[in-house]
Amino acid sequence: MDVLAAINGNVNTIGYGLAAVGPAIGVALIFVAYINSSARQPESAGYNRTWLVLGFALVEALALFGLVLAFAVN
Amino acid sequence: MSRELVAAEGLPWPPSVGDFYPPELAGPWVTKFGLMVWLAVALIIIFFMVTYRNPKLVPTKGQWMAESVYGLVRDNIAREQMGKDGIRFAPYFTVLFCFIAVTNLFGVTPLLQISPNSHIAFPIVLAAITFFMYIYIGVRKHGFGRYIKQSLIIPGVPWPMHVLLIPIEFLQTFINRPVTLAVRLFANMFAGHLILLVFTVGGFVLLASDNILIQATSVFAFLMAIVMAFFEVLVSLLQAYVFVTLSANYIGSSLADEH
Repeated sequence: MDVLAAINGNVNTIGYGLAAVGPAIGVALIFVAYINSSARQPESAGYNRTWLVLGFALVEALALFGLVLAFAVN
Repeated sequence: MSRELVAAEGLPWPPSVGDFYPPELAGPWVTKFGLMVWLAVALIIIFFMVTYRNPKLVPTKGQWMAESVYGLVRDNIAREQMGKDGIRFAPYFTVLFCFIAVTNLFGVTPLLQISPNSHIAFPIVLAAITFFMYIYIGVRKHGFGRYIKQSLIIPGVPWPMHVLLIPIEFLQTFINRPVTLAVRLFANMFAGHLILLVFTVGGFVLLASDNILIQATSVFAFLMAIVMAFFEVLVSLLQAYVFVTLSANYIGSSLADEH
């Protein structure tokens, strides 16, 4: 069989791309909720910011696990 | 310097984990990272000593800066997450915040250009301190048995659910928390350094090509590298904030009476 084209690289790259979809949606939902709530009730923006960062950090951790595993698993 | 890089054959492309190991400075015990940690500690100690050597009622510029860092951590992190109890932890959180912020910012400082936190060893130590701290504080406040019970058993749940919930809570409190704390900081710094490498080294790779059109596209790579450097500053400070906020949250939950 003739090889016409070949691609070099690691499949982990694609895997990480797929793994980042979930956290991406999660982070987006968190920011949507924050923007919605602070548009409806601007005085709550300061109070909610802490929880925004907290929720963002917890969801982001999943994407970062994916990143670490993309390098760790060979 | 840039000319040499362009002329040099075999650019380090694509960036890999090997790029995170700069050559040893003097023997295996003196590394760039070790020196950077000493430098960070020295900077923080000198900054707070100098700005607070002669405190005044109407603060000078330096004193105002030191006080706003402390005020930020005390009011926006410690008090927000832990209530009144947080005030006595505020000094530790301030030191933690400054240390993480300074070491993270080394990632975009000229000449240093890599953060010690992009090696997992450093975040692991910081996370371990928080981990042992919240367990110790919880056990000291409630006693060992009650602390374990409180952190594993959610009140007001039908009892068959505990078969499911106790392992989840155990995983959450004693494994996930420290691991995510360390991995989050590490992976952010690691990814940040990798992104900067991709765009700067990638720019030089494009520049080294023999096609003028491809060479022209290197401009975009360098522009992106500049944008990403600013983004890195944001991420550095945000990660320091997140690390300290989560530490405060965990310690606060050990101190809390209810689950």
